[in-house]
Amino acid sequence: MTLYDGMAGVTYQVAGVFVEEAVTRRLQALGINDGTPVRILNRKKKGAMIIQVRGTRLALGRHISSCIEVKEQETGENAL
Amino acid sequence: MTEAKKQIRVAFVGNPNCGKTTLFNAVTGSRLKVANWPGVTVEKKEGYAEYEDCSLTIVDTPGIYSLTCYTIEEKVTRQCVMDDAVDVIVNVVDASSLERNLYLTLQLLELGKPVILALNMMDIVEERGMEIDLHRLPEMLGGIPVVPVSAARRTGLGILLHAVVHHFEEGATGNVLTYGEEIEHKIARLEVMMQARFPNHACIRWHAIKLLEQDEDVMNDHPMSVMDIVEKSYEKEIIRQKYAYLETVVAEVLFHKEKKAAFTDRIDSVLTHPVWGVPIFLLIMCFVFFMTFMVGDFLKGGFESALGFLSGEATRGLVFAGCAPWLISLIVDGIIAGVGGILTFIPNIVILFLALAILEDSGYMSRVAYVMDTMMGRAGLSGKAFLPMVLGFGCSVPAIMATRALETERDRRKTMLITPFMSCSARLPVYVLFSDMFFPKYPHLAAFSMYAIGMAVAILVALAMRGWEKGRAGSGDCLLIELPEYKRPNGRTIGIYVWTKLKDYLEKAGTTIFIASIIIWFVLNFGIHGMVENPADSFGAVLGRGLLPVLAPAGLDMWQIAVALISGISAKEVVVSSFAVLFGVVNANSEAGMAAIMNHIHMQNPDFGPVNAYALMVFCLLYVPCAATIGTVKKESGSWKFTVQMVLFQLFLAWLGAVLVYQAGSLLFPTG
Repeated sequence: MTLYDGMAGVTYQVAGVFVEEAVTRRLQALGINDGTPVRILNRKKKGAMIIQVRGTRLALGRHISSCIEVKEQETGENAL
Repeated sequence: MTEAKKQIRVAFVGNPNCGKTTLFNAVTGSRLKVANWPGVTVEKKEGYAEYEDCSLTIVDTPGIYSLTCYTIEEKVTRQCVMDDAVDVIVNVVDASSLERNLYLTLQLLELGKPVILALNMMDIVEERGMEIDLHRLPEMLGGIPVVPVSAARRTGLGILLHAVVHHFEEGATGNVLTYGEEIEHKIARLEVMMQARFPNHACIRWHAIKLLEQDEDVMNDHPMSVMDIVEKSYEKEIIRQKYAYLETVVAEVLFHKEKKAAFTDRIDSVLTHPVWGVPIFLLIMCFVFFMTFMVGDFLKGGFESALGFLSGEATRGLVFAGCAPWLISLIVDGIIAGVGGILTFIPNIVILFLALAILEDSGYMSRVAYVMDTMMGRAGLSGKAFLPMVLGFGCSVPAIMATRALETERDRRKTMLITPFMSCSARLPVYVLFSDMFFPKYPHLAAFSMYAIGMAVAILVALAMRGWEKGRAGSGDCLLIELPEYKRPNGRTIGIYVWTKLKDYLEKAGTTIFIASIIIWFVLNFGIHGMVENPADSFGAVLGRGLLPVLAPAGLDMWQIAVALISGISAKEVVVSSFAVLFGVVNANSEAGMAAIMNHIHMQNPDFGPVNAYALMVFCLLYVPCAATIGTVKKESGSWKFTVQMVLFQLFLAWLGAVLVYQAGSLLFPTG
């Protein structure tokens, strides 16, 4: 699944980032890499979302969030 | 010990919105703009400080997340830091977001320059019930000084400067992070090659790492055949290992991190609500403008009487001193009328900027990008493009500079084109004057409608461009912005913000508007035969009449209006100044002044009514922004072609808008 399909209040784990090169690099610099836990705080039905990653909040547009492959986190650990 | 003071050049570097500029202001006593959203500082700025026997030159840089070179801010900052003249780097870190901030720290450490960590926002860390181990943290970062500071409360500044001076003498610390065997091996080989080719090079290790990451700029500057070592980009692996190291750092130094920032989350559940987010934003803006007009109007009485008094005294004094009538006319009808009239709008301007400052400092601005993202996405822009537009309500010049935060050149130009439609504070006097004169029942509604029309036009133009450029990739839905914690606006920050804007306004009144008033007075009082009795024979009238055929369909067929609109290009307030000078009114923004202007207008054109006035307001809203904005657009876009096209487009749109308003209005509300 992609991050775009995710639900508010759930923590996911990044499995891969497949956006344009420049955006990928930005996301990597922000700490969104394979294995990083990402929590969706708030989202619009069809559109942008607010996520929490490595202790900071980011707003992500739909295009970007639908290019981030994620899987559901097994345990509630590490959920910040 | 009589030698000259030691000179040290210090760069403040850090993530966006971590408090670099607040710290810079606190250390150097400067008054640069500060706000609570990422991307406020777009250019480097210098300031000075003294400590013991050292003079420090301090450079404030735009915030960056990484030392790569993909955005304008990154390029500016990277160039500044790489510059050998920087002796010490102060890495300002938002302690409440340690993990992400330290990523940049690891890169800075690789530069091989002395780095000092300024841990800012420790108060937020404490509020959240977190603790940072201040002994373990420096140990894990190669023994660099770590100084807790509070830029807002101005604590820890002395210790920070002390660390700068002494660490400068000690020099850089050694290598902190060792990558895996494969990468280290390659770095070592590259370092040997670099040493041979560029023996005087500083920060060899950093360059070697950048070559491994296939950094374009570094590869271009160091043309070496490294294909056998760098067979692919190791960037991803290097980033991964940096963050992996940071995870261990954070695990060791940060305690009680499970306590969340419930405060921000609770506010966000309302302000960024999927359904109510947009209406709430619009309501907030309504409230801002309502305050601007109501409270501003309430306060302007004092200014009016002061101006009337000044004008009367000046005339008497000048007559008493035996001045020539033309000089009295120049001073009283030209300068005092032109400049003074503008000064009576100070209360409105102050309230507007106060409101914008509070919005910016509270942390709401980034949320606006999120809230407006859906609407902007339809126009092919990201929600981030809305930030310059909101700034545009204050002044178009910084708004256009703020478009630098946008990712692509296409987005920047599109945003530059529509930002001037957001009604800036300079247009406010025009609305206040004409809505008070022609819409005495609903002056605030009439003025407020201008802001709504401006926003609507901006979004419609963006939508139309979207339709026109269909097929080309847009960057709608590509929003990426950090949302800071909400905080109580800082009085000092707000004070600096409002004072700077007010100073700009006063300076403009003293320079641009002053000169424009003199020129207007001249073109209205002189004709081909020298000084004229009747302004209708003046140069201005001749020029204005030439434009009448164009303005007639918009119901603006008075040569005085043509003159006022042309002179308004120097600064939009000058439209009001021109009316004052044209009709010899001392204070346009007073009941007597307005009555006099009404009188003059009706003498010229008895049919000039609310519909004409509204068309004029719409024209003022949409037509060419002021000269300063045009200059900024040229500078930021680097293209005369684009700038000229923009000006022509806006002129045409203003004319079209005014014509539509006048023609439709005349049908709906026939006069007589």
